[in-house]
This record gives sequence, C-alpha cells and structure tokens, in this order.
Amino acid sequence: MIQADHLTKSYGPVTAVQDVSFTVDKGQIVGFLGPNGAGKSTTMKILSCFMPATGGRATVAGFDVFSQSLEVRRRIGYLPENAPLYADLPVAAYLDFVAEAKGVARGLRRGKVADVMDRCAIADMQHRLIGKLSKGYRQRVGLAQALLGDPEVLILDEPTIGLDPRQIADIRALIKSLGGQHTVILSTHILPEVSMVCDSVIIIHRGRIVAQGTQSELVQQVFPAARVEVEITGPADAIGQALKSIPGVTAVEAVAASDGTARFVVEAPRGRDVRGEIPKLVTARGWGLLELHTVGLSLEEVFIRVVAGEDHAPQIVESVQETA
Amino acid sequence: MGWLPIFKKEMRLYFGSPVAYAVATFFLFITAFFFAPSFIQYAEFSLRAAMQPQMGQTLNATENILRPLTYNMAVVLLFFIPMLTMRLFAEEKRAGTMELLLTYPLRDGEVLAGKFLAALCLYALILVLTLFYPATVAWFTKIEWGAVLSGYLGLLLIGAAFLSVGLFVSSTTENQIVAGFGTFGALLALWLLGWFADSAQGALRTAVQQTAIIEHMDGFAKGVIDTKDLIYYLTVIAFALFLTLRSLESKRWRG
Repeated sequence: MIQADHLTKSYGPVTAVQDVSFTVDKGQIVGFLGPNGAGKSTTMKILSCFMPATGGRATVAGFDVFSQSLEVRRRIGYLPENAPLYADLPVAAYLDFVAEAKGVARGLRRGKVADVMDRCAIADMQHRLIGKLSKGYRQRVGLAQALLGDPEVLILDEPTIGLDPRQIADIRALIKSLGGQHTVILSTHILPEVSMVCDSVIIIHRGRIVAQGTQSELVQQVFPAARVEVEITGPADAIGQALKSIPGVTAVEAVAASDGTARFVVEAPRGRDVRGEIPKLVTARGWGLLELHTVGLSLEEVFIRVVAGEDHAPQIVESVQETA
Repeated sequence: MGWLPIFKKEMRLYFGSPVAYAVATFFLFITAFFFAPSFIQYAEFSLRAAMQPQMGQTLNATENILRPLTYNMAVVLLFFIPMLTMRLFAEEKRAGTMELLLTYPLRDGEVLAGKFLAALCLYALILVLTLFYPATVAWFTKIEWGAVLSGYLGLLLIGAAFLSVGLFVSSTTENQIVAGFGTFGALLALWLLGWFADSAQGALRTAVQQTAIIEHMDGFAKGVIDTKDLIYYLTVIAFALFLTLRSLESKRWRG
C-alpha cells in the first residue's frame, strides 16, 4: 500500500532523511519511532505529497507521490504535526469545508461530518471556534479531518500529543480500530504507544532506518539471547559459579553486588527458558531469591539499544516511560 | 468544482472575523470624504445657476460629481486592496494550514481560483454599497447611468487587477504585514509609471504610459469602454494569477 524506495530529503546542506526504504501492507498499522528530529515528520510530509523528496521515490496505493500527487491525495488522510487548523472557523463548519474539499458528495456530507465528530468525541464542541479549543480538542479535530472521506491510507504525525491520559486511550483505541480496512502510518516518540497500537515498527534515527519489523522480530534481532536478571542473597562468587553450571547458560554477568546480595544477568539462547531452574538451584543451596525477571523483551529496550547504543537499558527505560 | 469549497471557506473567514466589516467601513468612510464635499459644492453651484441661466449649461452632475469620485475610489483601492489580499496565502503558510490544504485532492489552480473569486466577490459587494453615491445624486437630478456603470466596470477591473497582484505577493511570503506592504508598493509602482512617462520620449513614452495602471481608467470613467483598456486589465489579471500559480506550484517542486 505504501512503498518508499531510497527516499532522501535534504534542506540545503542538512540531510533530514537519507536512503529510507520500507513497505507497508494494506490494513497494517505501522509505527514510526525515533527521537525528535530523526526525520519522522519529513518522511510523512513526503508521503502526504506536501513536499518532494530530493532523491528516491515513494508510492501510495500504487501512485507516485510526486508525479501522480492528485491520485495519492484522493486516498490519504493526513494529520500534520501540531494539527494546524483555521482558528477562526467553528468546528462543524471547518469539517464541512474539509469534506467538500475531499469531494464528499453533498448529500452525504452532513452525515459523514457528524460521524467523524462522534468518533473523535468532539460533537459537543461543534459550534465553538477552533481557536478557542484546548490543545486536546484541537488535536482531535485534526484527527477528524484526516478521517473524513474514508481515506485508504492515514498518515498521522504524533496523533496523541497534547491529550490527557484518558483521551490518549480513546484515540489509541480509535486508531487500532482503523486497522484492517485502513492502512495507518503514525509517528510517535511514546514507546508504549507503538507496542499498544502498531503491528510493526520502523525505528528511524538521524534520518536513517536503523531497525524495522514486528515487535518480536525486533527483539530477536537486537537481543539474540534471552536474558534473565536475578537478585540473590548469598556469596557472590559461589552464586555466579552455580548459575554458570545450569545447562544451556551461555554467559553470566555480575551487574551489582552489595553486602550479602548480588545481581546477575543470565544469558541463554532463545527457546531455552532457565527461569524455572534458577529458583530450584537457589533453594537447594540455601540462598534466597529476591527477584527474577526477563530483560531485553520490550520495545523500550530495543529502542534504547538501537538508538542510544546504551548497554544498561532498564534504568534509562524507566525515565522514558515517565515522560511518556 | 474544486474552487467552491475554498471560495466558501474564504467567505466564511472574511465574514466570520471582523475583516469584511472593517474593510467595508474603511472604504465607505474614505470614499464618503471625497463624495460629500463635491456633492455640496455642486448643490451650491446649481443654486447660483438657477439665477444665472447661462451658467447652467456647464453643469453636469455625472461629469462634476461622479467622474472625479470614480478616480478617487481608484486611488483609495491602492490602500484598500492589500488589506483584502494580504491574509490569503501568507496566513495559511504561517499557521501551517497550507500543509493540509496542499494535501487535499485540489488542484493548485482550484485553490487559487477559490481565493481570487472570494476576494473579488467581497470587493464587488463593497462596490455595490458605494452605488449609494450615484443613487443619492440621481435622487436630486438626472444622471447618465450608462457612464456611471462604465466607471464601475472600470473600478471592478482595476480592483481585480490589484487583487491578483495582491494574491501573488501574498503567495511569496508568510508574513501578512510584508504581504500587505509589498502589495501596496507594487501597486504604487504600477501607478506611478504614468509620471515617469512624462520625462520619456517617443516609443518609450507610449510604452510606459500604456503600462501605467491608472491610465486605462480614463476611458471607463468617461463612459467609454475601449477594448484596449479591457484587454490591458484582463492581461494584468491573467499575468499576476499565472505568477501566483507558479509560486504555488514551486512549493511542490522545492518543498
């Protein structure tokens, strides 16, 4: 449905996007993930026909975004970053304008506008001027205008920014419900959003794609070994030796030790689950098992590893989640 | 039919904000300043003429009140048209709404047509309001409606030419103030060309004179509709709109 081939975009001497290639199948929801300024918005601007690429080509529904722009624009709904809208128009009048601009037939227009206002929960504000709305409402009006005209492809640049947690949940549910009939490509820097909503992920960093695939593919790609972190009371050296002796364990790394307790990360090949054996081992030796959990399974850890190249992902992940 | 939604949206923005009302009030207020004194003066003249019959032969309400008014309204347009057009593209660019507008399935020409026709429509509405002046004169004395309407056709054309220049300037910047002043400057330059013609000779003189935008109002104000003048204004409109279209399209190439 969407195909990008070696897209490159430079603004003068600055290269915003470099050699970006990906494919999105019909009905898929794809998340564009990356730190601020990574090139997410630029890629979306190219796909939405707002901006030409400097190099490479992209097609949406089989039409070239540059040479067949009008055909592409008939099939997309676009929500730009920060949802730019006409502040001096009331919500309903604005959406009516968008419906007309997108060629929704006269007789259907009122119904379609009412429908998107319903889905985005903005019907109660329909007579207000857009400029007087709060950020969250404006964002939802922006989403509503993207949905008008039932586009096959939705391009949403940070759709949940500025919303409160309940609204975020509503909008995510809405986007998730769009999958199947619509092809959705959304950008975000909120990691949990991607795992909740998207079928697959494209991680983009400094204008290049650094990883792409479904969440589990990414995890396996980035962390080929399954890792389990344990905290055990007892003599650190002896514990380390004992953990290594578990069949299948390939590496044991001491992470931290303090009086009487020690932390280890135990690595084993994927498919060889050592979590059942560690507690048995520990109790047999008379030590105490304080904590046991898997690491390297979440998108957060993948993202941190891929983007920041950090080794001790978990600590950083927590701060990322807080800001999210 | 892609121009229609844009047209309706622009009209809503004109009338939904104070713009249309402020601009109409301003225009009527200024033109009234030109109309009232000449009207009163004419009334005094005709009173004196009633006593001196030979003087009455030179009195002609159309000639003495309405023709100068047509000229003066054309001058006021220099200030007034930039206020109508400065917002049209500049504001869309500044607010970022252009990004959405350009991703709707509308041709650039349709977007331009919608905006141009909306501005022209508002301008024509305001012109209709000024028909109050000839109507007032017609209440008291006989006027030549043919000449008056020819003057109005001239005003409509010169206004449309100004609007197209304004649209072009607005399409080149994202600052409304720059768009407003830029348009004013461009119009003033077109206007003042007539002055420079006086210091030129021969063919150059004719060329400069024919390019000056006000020269072509003459005929219309007198009640003479000349094809040459019609073609001049239509050419200016077409050329300025063509430049605007190119300026919009360049966005799609350059990004």
